[in-house]
Amino acid sequence: MITALLQYVAAALTVLGAVFGLLAAVGVLRLPDLYTRMHAASKAGVVGAGLMLLAMAIESGDGSVIVRALLGILFLLLSTPVGAHLLAKAAYRVGLRPIVSNSFNDMEAEKEPPTIQ
Amino acid sequence: MSGADALQHATTLALAILIVALLLTIVRLIRGPTLPDRILALDLLTTLAIGFIAAIAIRTGFSLYLDIAISIGLLGFLSTIALARYVLRQAEKQDSSATSGGVSR
Repeated sequence: MITALLQYVAAALTVLGAVFGLLAAVGVLRLPDLYTRMHAASKAGVVGAGLMLLAMAIESGDGSVIVRALLGILFLLLSTPVGAHLLAKAAYRVGLRPIVSNSFNDMEAEKEPPTIQ
Repeated sequence: MSGADALQHATTLALAILIVALLLTIVRLIRGPTLPDRILALDLLTTLAIGFIAAIAIRTGFSLYLDIAISIGLLGFLSTIALARYVLRQAEKQDSSATSGGVSR
């Protein structure tokens, strides 16, 4: 009974994690500049992979697997912000600037390109 | 539908969704106008690969795949750091050649 319940929860978490991964990929493809893309990749991407590792921990019910999956989630949560911060710093240093207007208008885009400082 | 069946269908669906996500990220990796865009796409590729391996581990029941996922995460973090340091080094080289006029190197 409780095993079946845990399996349903793990199935739901797996699909949810995959959907978060897809959202991160769509954000990286569609957003207008590097810094907004970085915000999609390093938040939604980590949540997607973390949810799938959590689903594995819930489904296995084995102590060593649970500990390793939680350690993996912790490592992911610690390492990705550090990497994203360093990459943003390097990109700013090399001369990439964020788009100033935060309400990008696709209808006006043909007349005037987005202002880049 | 029993719990094991639900888990099978869920992992199949998750693998299909993740394949689409990986393809979209590869499009950004190829198109990416600058080097930091491509580094970001590589970083997202490793994160998505961790999720992909977790889905395969749930589907087959081999918990050893988890170690592979963790080590891919470690490798992805190190490669992102190394490539970001490379971009920083390039910027410093540009600066020094611009300020000193390329006289003292």
